[in-house]
Amino acid sequence: MFTGASQFALVGVLGAGGGALAGVATALLLGSRNAMYSVALSELVPMRRALRPVAAQLTIDESTAVATTAPRSLASVGFWTAGIAVYVLWNLATLLGALGAATVDTHALGLDAAVGAAFLALLWPRLKEARGVAAGGALVAAVAVPLTPPGVPVLLAGLAVLPTVLRPLRRASAGDGRADAAEGTA
Amino acid sequence: MIWTAVLLTAAGCYALKLSGWFVPASLLERPRIRVAASVLPVALLAALVVVQVFGAGRSLAVDSRSAALVAGAVCLWLRLPFLVVVLVAAATAAALRAL
Repeated sequence: MFTGASQFALVGVLGAGGGALAGVATALLLGSRNAMYSVALSELVPMRRALRPVAAQLTIDESTAVATTAPRSLASVGFWTAGIAVYVLWNLATLLGALGAATVDTHALGLDAAVGAAFLALLWPRLKEARGVAAGGALVAAVAVPLTPPGVPVLLAGLAVLPTVLRPLRRASAGDGRADAAEGTA
Repeated sequence: MIWTAVLLTAAGCYALKLSGWFVPASLLERPRIRVAASVLPVALLAALVVVQVFGAGRSLAVDSRSAALVAGAVCLWLRLPFLVVVLVAAATAAALRAL
């Protein structure tokens, strides 16, 4: 699994005592944006069919952002460079964290408290265009926390915004995957 | 159980990425699907912030995690990089807990 928001989400839901199913569902819903990224990238970054499964694994916020904002002639170079660089460093850092986890008092170091800030950092670039959606999701989650088991509030927040999608789509062309990816983080 | 969830999520996330490279674009580029994919992460991430920061079992609480979030938000507002945001948030909570 190489897509930061989904990784954090699965760990977050499971860590909060949520059910495995709720964790998996949340992570997959978060990962759905990568499907839109690969649609945009398959036009911008031409390659042999055999390479596409590799490119798929490297399809994340960062590589999409670089490829879609670079001049068209550099899109391929940008995609592969960003994708491979983030892949190597991200997984090295994850390994270091896993190896060091047993020796560290996460509560005293405030690491559990940093998770919220990490989610906020992932959300930040998207706030400009979707402040209402973010506020709605946060509100639904806050109301649902006392009423539902762990893990469910996040899923409810996701489901609550779907009516927005079913409304007539006047701004469909304005908020597409490319605009999103251009400012995305992980 | 945890590893089953991890493997399921890994397979699913990879399949989502792969779909865009192989499924005809017309299928995924339908307006509804496109807007859902761009709007869902915003709602889910906002909800995750609330649950992580204010959730305490089945109730809401304001504690050192809230201060960490505010510190992180200030860093983001100052356009500091991801790692700095996370480290400052952690340090804020750690300092408050050490008091």
